[in-house]
Amino acid sequence: MYVIPLLGIPPQVLFGQLLLGLINGAFYAMLSLGLAVIFGLLNIINFAHGALYMMGAFCAYFLLNVLGIGYWPALIVAPIMVGIFGMILERTMLQWLSGLDHLYGLLLTFGIALIVQGVFQNYFGSSGLPYAIPDELKGGMNLGFMFLPIYRGWVVVFSLIVCLLTWFLIERTRLGANLRAATENPTLVRAFGINVPRMITLTYGLGVGLAALAGVLSAPINQVRPLMGADLIIVVFAVVVIGGMGSIMGSIITGFALGIIEGLTKYFYPEASNTVVFVLMVLVLLVKPSGLTGRAT
Amino acid sequence: MRLHGISALLAATALASGFAMSASAETIKLGVLNDQSGVYTDLSGPGGVDAVRMAVEDAGGAINGNKIEIVSADHQNKPDVGTSVARQWYDQDHVDAIFDIPNSGVALAVQEVAREKHKIVIFSGPASSDLTGAKCSPVGIQWTYDTYGLAKGTGAAVTKAGGDTWFFLTADYAFGQALERDTAAVVTANGGKVLGEVRTPLASPDFSSFLLQAQASKAKIIGLANAGGDTVTSIKQAAEFGITSGGQKLAGLLVFLSDINSIGLKTAQGLELTESFYWDLNDETRAFSKRFFERNKKEPTMVQAGLYGAAKHYLEAVKTSGSTDADKVMAAMRANPVNDFMTKNGKVREDGKVVRDMYLFEVKKPEESKGPWDYYKLIRQIPAAEVTRPIEESACSLVKKG
Repeated sequence: MYVIPLLGIPPQVLFGQLLLGLINGAFYAMLSLGLAVIFGLLNIINFAHGALYMMGAFCAYFLLNVLGIGYWPALIVAPIMVGIFGMILERTMLQWLSGLDHLYGLLLTFGIALIVQGVFQNYFGSSGLPYAIPDELKGGMNLGFMFLPIYRGWVVVFSLIVCLLTWFLIERTRLGANLRAATENPTLVRAFGINVPRMITLTYGLGVGLAALAGVLSAPINQVRPLMGADLIIVVFAVVVIGGMGSIMGSIITGFALGIIEGLTKYFYPEASNTVVFVLMVLVLLVKPSGLTGRAT
Repeated sequence: MRLHGISALLAATALASGFAMSASAETIKLGVLNDQSGVYTDLSGPGGVDAVRMAVEDAGGAINGNKIEIVSADHQNKPDVGTSVARQWYDQDHVDAIFDIPNSGVALAVQEVAREKHKIVIFSGPASSDLTGAKCSPVGIQWTYDTYGLAKGTGAAVTKAGGDTWFFLTADYAFGQALERDTAAVVTANGGKVLGEVRTPLASPDFSSFLLQAQASKAKIIGLANAGGDTVTSIKQAAEFGITSGGQKLAGLLVFLSDINSIGLKTAQGLELTESFYWDLNDETRAFSKRFFERNKKEPTMVQAGLYGAAKHYLEAVKTSGSTDADKVMAAMRANPVNDFMTKNGKVREDGKVVRDMYLFEVKKPEESKGPWDYYKLIRQIPAAEVTRPIEESACSLVKKG
């Protein structure tokens, strides 16, 4: 068989790396989506996002090992539980910071993240706990150019659906319209009889729930580790910045795109795979400071 | 001029008091510097600090009326953090010896600080054989293991068993590169071939890309020249991507008990690995481990067990030499044989390497394991001569070539 090398590498290797990039991109997209929702609608830079993602994974672990509740229910239950935790955070702490400089929210959520991670690390160490792939999604398919674990395929499809649903909810429904109006002009929206503070709390809960959902999805792939979010959150912030702060579709597309670029870097120059996202961020900020899809304010 | 005289006098008194420590009641200060929040926390971390504490308690908390104190710090796997802590400990806090320092990058940096200050540093966590090779120091000891021994243990065993083509996944810093280099040498010496390698950034959350490259190389053995969280992730994801079921075998070149605990036997079974300690080797190791377990709720890793032995040996040397002066203590540590629950007739060599036996283990199948922490089957005790770099091959400048 004669194979034409593409960019100097055989196509099966290239496809393999592209697909893996897409899988990692799915996590970036889901996490940055939650961040974008929270920033776009609440103006909070939520540094606790990584810790909440980690809590989602731990929640799935406990549901399985303490209560015997498996993966599928955990996909719904864990985001709700962590979402409620998020809403309590918003009610008791974050809401007092609205109207203040972004920096206050950033510091508060960063502090919360450190505390949550510290507590988990104290009890569960750093190496993490194993979470098995659900039986229905075990095994893999041979695609010819690579062996695709079914679970990874599921992650890409599922997170794509969740991302598009979230986008639809916020950009195309009446509820989303109210929400966006409430951020533009809370006083006016309140005058229409809409409970704005409650709406904001629910939105924060939604963003947090998305993080927890990504956590549950990643539990079978990565170890359930206290620092799993801390490792990811900085990259995810770069994704949000590149995509344009607060832009929903921007963060989805950038998430997937950066996953792919990172995947290719892992092949061509693996040493740089940790930094390529930040190099891109610098380049984008130099050319278009508001991000690829952001509007200048 | 007068000022000069006074400061010289002050310096002289300070120096004198350092030597004559047994005359007045001073504190002997041990510093434990390791990773307390990152990928290497579980293999040493707070448990490592506690192992040193156990050694101090067993020494009665004091030597010749001088109280023993322990300080500890997190180097965050950053050489700059590690060196600034070491400088402060040696200069301002009067720490007499620093212990552990997992992460060879940080360890190599602290080795230089210790050399400059002429204070003792005893490594249990870091693996790079350069610490007792090209970068050796008259005041540095590598206690528990090194990349040379790991390569000789696992590398030789796997190559001889037919794994004659290798592809390395290498952690991209001092440790991984040393481990890859030492293992590649052993593989080639045993008639094997290295087909390629990929350098992976420390603490990568995803190894699938790298594993795919290893798979494409068609090498029989994928050598994991990484440690801690990186090893866990790569073993787990290799299983996920069907690499192990596709006929390629993994060789974990540095695997700690804590890693196996985290991966689970189902995924880790059959893996061969080299360590210098396992809790369930004999009555003595079990007795120590029982004590350790009661305090830390987990069995000790070799790094933690090594820290106990290192602190014990250091304190005994302080006692016999009646001093905390680096040269005197080093001389006593070299003169005394190392004997504890883990080490039998060990020896601190002139290049700083502790000569000790190592063990080749295989990870048990889930059905062979009697419960938590029952993970290893002993395949072979490897005599020290096999797993220690011969002194005549040493690149260490302290070794007199004759």
